Amino acid sequence: MSELESLESEIMAAIAAAETEAQLEDVRVSALGKKGSVSEKLKTLGKMTPEERQVMGPAINGLKTRVGDKIAERKEELGAKALEARLLAERVDVTLPLRAAPAEEGRIHPVSQVIDELTAIFADMGFSIAEGPDIETDYFNFTALNFPEGHPARDMHDTFFFDPKEDGERMLLRTHTSPVQIRTMIDGEPPIRVIIPGRTYRCDSDQTHTPMFHQVEGLVIDKESHIGHLKWILEEFCKAFFEVDDVKMRFRPSFFPFTEPSMEVDIGCDRSGDEIRIGEGNDWLEILGCGMVHPNVIRNCGLDPDVYQGFAWGLGIDRIAMLKYGMPDLRAFFDADVRWIDHYGFRPLDLPTLFGGLTR
Amino acid sequence: MKFTLSWLKDHLETDANLDEIVEKLTLIGLEVEEVHNPAEALKPFTIARVVDARQHPNADRLKVLTVDTGKGEELQIVCGAPNARAGLVGVLARPGDYVPGIDVTLSVGKIRDVESFGMMCSERELELSDEHTGIIDLPEDAPVGVNYVDWAGLDDPVIEIGLTPNRPDCAGVHGIARDLAAAGLGKLKENRPPQIRGDGPCPVDVRLDFGDTPSLCPAFSLRLVKGVKNGPSPKWLQKRLIAIGLRPINALVDITNYITFDRGRPLHVFDAAKVKGDLVVRRGREGEELLALNGKTYSFDDTMCVISDDNGVESIGGIMGGEHSGCDETTTDVLVESALWDAYNIAQTGRKLGVTSDARYRFERGVDPNYCLPGLDQGTQMIVDLCGGTPSEHIFVGKIPNEERVLDFPLAEVERLSGIRLTAAEIKGILTRLGFWVTGNGETVKVAVPSWRPDVEGKADLVEEVVRIAGIDQVKSTPLPRQGTVSQKVLTTGQVRRNQARRALAVRGMKEAVTWSFISREQADAFGGGAEDLKLANPISSDMSDMRPSLIPGLAAAAQRNADRGYTDVALFEVGQIFAGDQPEHQAMVATGVRRNTAVMTGADRHWSGNAPQVSVFDARADAEAALAAAGAPVDKLMVFADAPSYFHPGRSGELRLGPKTVLARFGELHPGLLAKLDIDGPIAAFEVFIDRIPEPKSKGTRSKGALTISELMPVRRDFAFIVDEDLAAEKLIKAARGAEKQLIADVSLFDVYQGKGVPDGKKSLAIDVTLQPRQKTLTDEEIDAVAAKIVASVEKATGGSLRG
Repeated sequence: MSELESLESEIMAAIAAAETEAQLEDVRVSALGKKGSVSEKLKTLGKMTPEERQVMGPAINGLKTRVGDKIAERKEELGAKALEARLLAERVDVTLPLRAAPAEEGRIHPVSQVIDELTAIFADMGFSIAEGPDIETDYFNFTALNFPEGHPARDMHDTFFFDPKEDGERMLLRTHTSPVQIRTMIDGEPPIRVIIPGRTYRCDSDQTHTPMFHQVEGLVIDKESHIGHLKWILEEFCKAFFEVDDVKMRFRPSFFPFTEPSMEVDIGCDRSGDEIRIGEGNDWLEILGCGMVHPNVIRNCGLDPDVYQGFAWGLGIDRIAMLKYGMPDLRAFFDADVRWIDHYGFRPLDLPTLFGGLTR
Repeated sequence: MKFTLSWLKDHLETDANLDEIVEKLTLIGLEVEEVHNPAEALKPFTIARVVDARQHPNADRLKVLTVDTGKGEELQIVCGAPNARAGLVGVLARPGDYVPGIDVTLSVGKIRDVESFGMMCSERELELSDEHTGIIDLPEDAPVGVNYVDWAGLDDPVIEIGLTPNRPDCAGVHGIARDLAAAGLGKLKENRPPQIRGDGPCPVDVRLDFGDTPSLCPAFSLRLVKGVKNGPSPKWLQKRLIAIGLRPINALVDITNYITFDRGRPLHVFDAAKVKGDLVVRRGREGEELLALNGKTYSFDDTMCVISDDNGVESIGGIMGGEHSGCDETTTDVLVESALWDAYNIAQTGRKLGVTSDARYRFERGVDPNYCLPGLDQGTQMIVDLCGGTPSEHIFVGKIPNEERVLDFPLAEVERLSGIRLTAAEIKGILTRLGFWVTGNGETVKVAVPSWRPDVEGKADLVEEVVRIAGIDQVKSTPLPRQGTVSQKVLTTGQVRRNQARRALAVRGMKEAVTWSFISREQADAFGGGAEDLKLANPISSDMSDMRPSLIPGLAAAAQRNADRGYTDVALFEVGQIFAGDQPEHQAMVATGVRRNTAVMTGADRHWSGNAPQVSVFDARADAEAALAAAGAPVDKLMVFADAPSYFHPGRSGELRLGPKTVLARFGELHPGLLAKLDIDGPIAAFEVFIDRIPEPKSKGTRSKGALTISELMPVRRDFAFIVDEDLAAEKLIKAARGAEKQLIADVSLFDVYQGKGVPDGKKSLAIDVTLQPRQKTLTDEEIDAVAAKIVASVEKATGGSLRG
């Protein structure tokens, strides 16, 4: 028996001494391989007497099992150790800075974002978005809108002109989005509910004026809409857009050639701090112009002003963006300074909706 | 339009205070832009008496005064005014007081070693006038110690309203008072001027001479006032003119200015001694010139209306008089003119000559024709009152236009348009108080429009009058009825596509810019624009002269501006309009972007994980394809062509087309030579996507995406490498491979392009990975080999290349 015992302790020592899976495999082959020491012992069983076999059989097989188990155990140990070593070797500095995701780098310009906000609000009230060309005729920009030839109201629009054509017609850059009112009324049938966002141009340039800016115009034409509805729409719009529960508004009579009666609208605000805060305070800020569409304008679009009526309003997109988001200078809107766009721009997936809130 | 409170009260009997008046003005459409009380700044100054005036010990021109403040104290004040003397009663400013005329807050000073505890002020120092020859010298009985402003009655706030161009009647204080009275703030004082008969005929005759051309002067009245004494106008008049920002000249001129603002009625005065012969009102002639009262010389043509005499042109009719015939201190006989001018012509002439004046402002908006003669009489009366003299009878030529405007006004119009319900009596009352003449008792009344309201032409105008006086705050907010229960899709396909492209590009790390629609001529020319009909006639600068044919120049310039600020690697895009002509159909929407230096999508510049490469044509093409995909273009049908406009690098640019002709996008690296010419540092990769050219999606009857079929069988992948000519377009090879066996080949991807050792000169190796997707059963080796053979044959046939051994 002592021979088996010494063999066992020899093998067990070799297993324990194996430091790699390859060494362990060598031990396994030398013990349990075809010509391994344990295998050789097993072969001796055949030549034994039944009595001897009865004793030695279990002893040798027991040895084989124990050796096999031990090898498996050692193998697992070595595997775990190897993995541990590998993991240790694979360690990295997880604090290394990453590149920013493109979707985090990209920005939507405030003008686009505000147009999307306007769209969300007015689409809910049943308005569509109408558009028209930037290069207009004198007729659509002025005459059809009831600006008399030579009237000082024309002078108030510092108009960009193109050179006169051979027939004397002179194209111009639209000074407001109102010509699209005319195009919409001529092309469509009442009831009409549209908003008209777009680029407009006046040859004027200083701290608060740029030669190009953005306006949004609203137009409602049907058989019953009156100033009361206009007031309601503008109140609802201001609350929704500025995201305040209540907003004070003041309607003042004013003059625009294409509306009658005409009004300017002031919005209650607080100017005491660095920024204007809408919906608080006791100051007024002029924010838009509006009125009932002038009968001459309705007539110019081929509709009968005694049957059809409605209203229009217009305001500056850049301006309300500045008021809501606190940009101090209009000129920066068109400078494409990436620092400005990063700061005042919007993340690409922040699409304004009424159900999710306009601003996140 | 500016006026003072006391001036208003000359025309309005009212108990209302300043705040009430200001608020009401704004609410009835006469928006108050500013209220300024010059007296506010003068509150600290008191009346004081000089008790003693001694020679300054160290200065010949200075005196040392002892001043009694009237409050039981005496101050020592050093003063340089020549009229400073013992006994003078003047106006005292003390240390701590702010003196507006010299913009200084006084402190105790030492002048040539003598201490001074204040100053005695001149009128200029208090901004009361330009007078500065001496200190204010008040009557001896002026109460010492009393506030000067209170005693002098200077407490007269100046109100400035922003007058809308439709309200010429309120270009005079009287009209403003009428509006306030109508709005319930008091009673209008009619202040009708006396009718003046005059003594003897006016010696100067007037002719309107327009030949057979349309008259530019409907009516003209004139009168001589003989024996006047012209000089400075009285203090009260000067005070009012100064308060509204006018400079007092002399009594005759000040009177015309006063009536311009008092009644919105411009008058003109000629020095009769300088007028030669009769006055002829006619069209100007080429070559005629006039040195006008503003010191500038104007030349005329036959579209303009002038007043001339035997000397030539003496006045620009209705706009400005001439220097030569103007009135000064030597004037003894004065001709007073009150005329009517063609409003349109005044506006045209004013614009052409570039001259603005208070007269032009009123005539181009329309003055009250019926006040032509009363205005002449008002002016005459003031001249007689202030300068003496004897008026002649007046001359009147032409005709006061008698446009009786009587409107049929259904009272229900007020509610139809405004939503306010008012009684007939309320409506009639408002109109009547505004000077309208209302007759009739039915549902429709007749309303005669007063002569001073040229703006009122129809029913809607009358509604405005009623609503603004009744108060727009009377209108109740009324919800706009909803048209359906759930809001519908409101955007057009084009609008949706622009939005999608915009967000897709931003998701790719690009920043949206908004650049000017106009660019420089040079930029426009370089990018295929510069047509004559797209050049502005009056650009704001030469950098902004032409409508843009492409967004690339604006964005490239923006990238350069950022680089100049130290931000060298930027990715910018814009979704906006370009112009091919001046008609609506020539305007198109594009999405365009530029990436500069190393601003690739995965991040610019150096990084521990790998430095960003320079931007290339492939970055631009990837952006273009992403924008097209987001906008809903059929990207799988797009073909890449290797040609693009000349502003791109000829070897690194291309177009994405749908069919051979429809260009949906262009992309590439910008031409280095062009960039150098435009002073822009490259490299810049740019693309432009023509959103409007994407075909409308086919309308489908169903939103269903159809059934999904996926095979249970494992796909098989095989690699092939081909040697082909180096200028072969890779797309050709891929297409040939894909077309070799349509049923089985699910994907072909090109994973290697190689030139160099092992590949002959002039050739390249392209390696592809082909995925076969069995549908019915697993493929046998023979079947796979058969497909492989087909692929090789197809590629070799299409490309002229061969399988790499």
